[in-house]
Amino acid sequence: MADVNIAQPKPELTKEKQLDQFLGQMSVPLFFAFLCLLGIIAANLNPRFLINEILTRLGRNSFLVLSLIIPILAGLGLNFGIVIGAMAGQTALIIITHLQIGGLPGLLLAFLISIPFSVLFGWLTGLILNRAKGREMVTSFIMGFFANGLYQLVFLVLIGTLIPLKNPVLVLSSGIGLRNSIDLIAINKALDHAVFGPVKLGPYNIPLFTLLVIALLCVVISFLMKTRLGQRMRAVGQDMNIAEVSGINVNKTRIIAIIISTVLAAWGQLIFLQNIGTFNTYNSHEQVGMFSIAALLIGGATIRRATIWNALVGVLLFHTLFVVSPLAGQRLLGIPQVGEYFRSFLAYGIIAVALALHAWQGKKK
Amino acid sequence: MPESYVLELKGITKNYFGTTVLKGISLSVKAGEIHALVGENGAGKSTLMNLIFGMPVIHETGGFEGDIFIDGQKVNITSPRQAMELGIGMVHQEFMLLPGFTVTENIKLNRELSKANLVSKTFGSSFETLDYPAMQNDTSLAMKKLGLSIDETSLVAGLPVGYMQFVEIAREIDKKNVRLLVFDEPTAVLTESEAEYLITAMRLLAAQGIAILFITHRLDEVMACSDMITILRDGEMVTSISRSNASLERIAELMVGRKLERAQLPPRAVEPHDQDLILELNNLQVQMPGEQVRNLNLKVRRGEILGIGGLAGQGKIGIANGVMGLYPASGEVYKDQNQIKLNDSKDALQSGMAFVSEDRRGVGLLVDESIALNIVLTSIEAQQKFLRPAVLPGVRLIDKKSVRSYTLKMIKDLDIRCTGPNQPVRRLSGGNQQKVCLARAFTLKPEVLWISEPTRGIDVGAKQLVLDLLVQMNREYGMTIIMTSSELTELRRICDRIALVYKGRVAGILRPDASDLEFGLVMAGKKTAKEVG
Amino acid sequence: METKVLTAKDYLNKEAIRAFFVGFGLPRLIISGFLLILFILAFIMKMDLTILLSDSLVRIGMNGLLVLAMLPTLVTGVGLNFGLPIGFICGLVGGVISMELNLVGFRGLFSAILFSLPLAVITGYLYAALLERVRGQEMMVGTYLGFSVVAGMCIFWLMAPFKNPVMIFAIGGKGLRYTLTLFQHFGKVLNNLLAFSLMGVVIPTGLLLFFAFFCLLAHLFFRTRTGLAMIATGANPLYASSSGINIRAMRYTSIILSNVLAAIGAIVYAQSYGFLQLYTAPLYAAFPAVAAALIGGATLKKATVSQIIVGTILFQTLLTIALPVTQTALRGADISEIARMIISNGMILYALTRAERR
Repeated sequence: MADVNIAQPKPELTKEKQLDQFLGQMSVPLFFAFLCLLGIIAANLNPRFLINEILTRLGRNSFLVLSLIIPILAGLGLNFGIVIGAMAGQTALIIITHLQIGGLPGLLLAFLISIPFSVLFGWLTGLILNRAKGREMVTSFIMGFFANGLYQLVFLVLIGTLIPLKNPVLVLSSGIGLRNSIDLIAINKALDHAVFGPVKLGPYNIPLFTLLVIALLCVVISFLMKTRLGQRMRAVGQDMNIAEVSGINVNKTRIIAIIISTVLAAWGQLIFLQNIGTFNTYNSHEQVGMFSIAALLIGGATIRRATIWNALVGVLLFHTLFVVSPLAGQRLLGIPQVGEYFRSFLAYGIIAVALALHAWQGKKK
Repeated sequence: MPESYVLELKGITKNYFGTTVLKGISLSVKAGEIHALVGENGAGKSTLMNLIFGMPVIHETGGFEGDIFIDGQKVNITSPRQAMELGIGMVHQEFMLLPGFTVTENIKLNRELSKANLVSKTFGSSFETLDYPAMQNDTSLAMKKLGLSIDETSLVAGLPVGYMQFVEIAREIDKKNVRLLVFDEPTAVLTESEAEYLITAMRLLAAQGIAILFITHRLDEVMACSDMITILRDGEMVTSISRSNASLERIAELMVGRKLERAQLPPRAVEPHDQDLILELNNLQVQMPGEQVRNLNLKVRRGEILGIGGLAGQGKIGIANGVMGLYPASGEVYKDQNQIKLNDSKDALQSGMAFVSEDRRGVGLLVDESIALNIVLTSIEAQQKFLRPAVLPGVRLIDKKSVRSYTLKMIKDLDIRCTGPNQPVRRLSGGNQQKVCLARAFTLKPEVLWISEPTRGIDVGAKQLVLDLLVQMNREYGMTIIMTSSELTELRRICDRIALVYKGRVAGILRPDASDLEFGLVMAGKKTAKEVG
Repeated sequence: METKVLTAKDYLNKEAIRAFFVGFGLPRLIISGFLLILFILAFIMKMDLTILLSDSLVRIGMNGLLVLAMLPTLVTGVGLNFGLPIGFICGLVGGVISMELNLVGFRGLFSAILFSLPLAVITGYLYAALLERVRGQEMMVGTYLGFSVVAGMCIFWLMAPFKNPVMIFAIGGKGLRYTLTLFQHFGKVLNNLLAFSLMGVVIPTGLLLFFAFFCLLAHLFFRTRTGLAMIATGANPLYASSSGINIRAMRYTSIILSNVLAAIGAIVYAQSYGFLQLYTAPLYAAFPAVAAALIGGATLKKATVSQIIVGTILFQTLLTIALPVTQTALRGADISEIARMIISNGMILYALTRAERR
């Protein structure tokens, strides 16, 4: 029977090629690491301050950045729609603030309340993205703005007119619309200090419980990708047509991916805000998508490939830059704004470059 | 013994929007039998396959008549999934493989083996973890059945094309209960040695009791491996014969065989002849995916209607597309001894050639624009017609008045059924759209007209009209016409000579009244015909 | 001949009428209806309609060219030019140079345009070269390229060697101010040209004529050989290239044209507003223009001058009326910004998710 044995050629990569591939994937994070190093030297920051700042930001932002991974693997690209998840999280926060439930129970309740909202929003997002196959990113991007309009309509106009809410702490003095900023002192650092209390390691504040939650999320994501559902998502991400022919329900799989991402984004926003301790009702969510996406890309992810490590390294590098660039600008040129503008230039620029490279490579194929 | 048939079709008839594409097809396949299905393009092979595989396109277009039996049981196959459950496997012409997945992952796609865990017990089987060792085990078993060894963990992206075909097959035979495998032109993308391996593997599978339905153009492969041969022609079953009773010549003849209905064409004052050539193609190569032209030589006589025929994928479609600059081409093209720049549509148009594409809606038309604009735009761009001076010197605008009167004339001359020159062409019927395409080409007043698949997708009445129009243009204006078509009948009806293309080259040029056998053999690459006068 | 030409009745069946409303007219119908309601509300609340109308006219004229900038790229199938800030910034640079040279009045305005043109052509060409390589993702790449350019230019505004004291920060003596007043230079020169009052409504004649002039130019342009070639490129690139059209050149040209129009549009906008807004101000410049074009009935593949004009009028009137009406009705809550966000982004979403016909 084995008379037709065909010897298989060796498609194995040589060591050189492996190294090339590794360097190719690492070039972006390496470049930004170099930039960070320059910034740190130029800014001449107190290392203790810098490390503390970065630890805080790692706890604050990682969850949000991790929420981007699954849609990428399912072929939906960068989910600019996590802004919508953030809105769901904030809605839950407004509710618990109104109910005056604070501390860890309050925060946990917010996690719970955010689920129905984010599942609904994620489902709607998924439905719309399924109608815009091939331009998911621009669609989710615009959806973020659109949802922002609806969010403002609800909380700025409908509160006090259609939605009866009489809470002087929350509502503006005119009786219509929520205040611009809401104090979250009741749940401030509720998660960071949960179970273990404020943890200090030498001079450094460690948001220990939050870091544990992030670690758990990493485990959950890698578990998910090893399940049948994860395999389906990867298949859809590679080729929708082939997945469909193999009997996978492509649209449903894509919607599930978006729902998971939206729920995670809602939770991520809650973690973000409990750390900060106050929130701008109408602005806190706006930059979430852009900053998270920039961080992920700086970590070496592309529009079709992202890992947990990309997310974590990205948060580390992006936020180091975030901290050092204004000071570096101040010290190098005497104008602190230069550093700030340079920072947003980098964030926008990295996204533009990633998008361009993605389209470029797609076209070459 | 009807029970021993794995698949039986009885009286299958299928209509697409009023055209009958399958007429009373009956065929049966035994276990362990390789059954070849041969026929020209449009003979109905792929429709028959879609029908057996329960593709949605069949049901969306009104289903079919006739019965399908699997193992003697009458079945009603409504979806590919159901076909799979019934034990029918399909090896597609294009690969349905994910390049970024390993061989195992592809073979087990959406049929993964998995193990339960705590999460899956609460949230359902979607959360079961994949069992890679078991899946790899299955994969190597399937590979063994094919007599093949491939590293199951290597990515498909790195495999040579031939292997991908085997991965496809392995996926089908890994499905339990698979009884019937359909191969849809599996050797089209393979090299000769890979194709030989494939044939061997097919025999191996048949020996294990799997029935195989093998669709192909390559007659030598049919002769090499099949037990039974069914020939389709124009949606009708010509015959089913066993290989022992068949010969290559016989199959070729049966495949083509048609009554020749060459109407009396109007005579010319001077018949075209070899001393007066209008066009010469030397070593033409065209990179058109699926229709590659390789080193083709062709001489076209002034004033003739030259047909270009051949089976799908052999390159006949590529010639006009290459010469007219739509696909990358190399080689030399001379018109009246002047070399024409290749890969430059403008130069081709300005040298007095025009092209009516086979892809009417893709290339031939601006479907949302008016009939008028569709007809004149190419002339405006390539020949600067229909423009009038504007107030500013040097600026010329479209001359709406002359465009309108010209379009009205074309509508009348070509009998385009429409509401007027401003109607968007999307709303026209296929035949009328084709007339707009012709009008677009005629407006260029070409000396040479390339036209591909002039009657594809249009109804019978319009077909005759289009062909008559071509003859009229040829006879009245001496327009040289090079007509590419999959329908040999229409080529034989109006052409002076017919060039048959095989593997990207001209295999032979035949008179329209040459015998069916000769056409069949030349098309199948079994014979090269000397040029005829 | 009569036998061959079918009557219109055969085609205008119910299906066609439905398709007309669903595919083409519905969003415009809703917006027009909304606008009508606002007008009625304004009338009931006894608001001064003449002021509202005057404001609307000014806003139509000041935004018109930016919307018109969408036209070339829509026609050639490149899609919505979300990279509008690139051209917009060229206009700002032209304006700033004109100010630095202390040019006033129409001299200031036209020299600003003149200075911005070479910049707009060059950046337009580079932008086009990038978009050509990222075909299929033009909108997203354009958006983020626009964002990056705006952020990068912020550094330029801070560092650029401008000297005119009215332009630079009072403290520190370096870097341009966030907002530059144009009243001593070319502020409102177009608005005031031949302006007159008609039953209390102020007509900014010069501004509207300027917009009309460009619309006429665009209209004529799409009747020339090059313009028709662009239409063919957008409608069916394969048809176009089989007609001997260099589709790449057409796409490049359309992007450069769009960029140039955006630059001129930015200057017209600034003179009408009376201020040059620098730094992050141009970040979202593309969105209102995109929305107006879509409201006018343009699709990602096809657009006409009349759609641009209708869209600009509908969208800008709506925004002008919405602010005072809702502020009065809702006791101070400003709905105009919210309405702008929902309508413009809803419109873009609608365009993105429309099934492509083939």
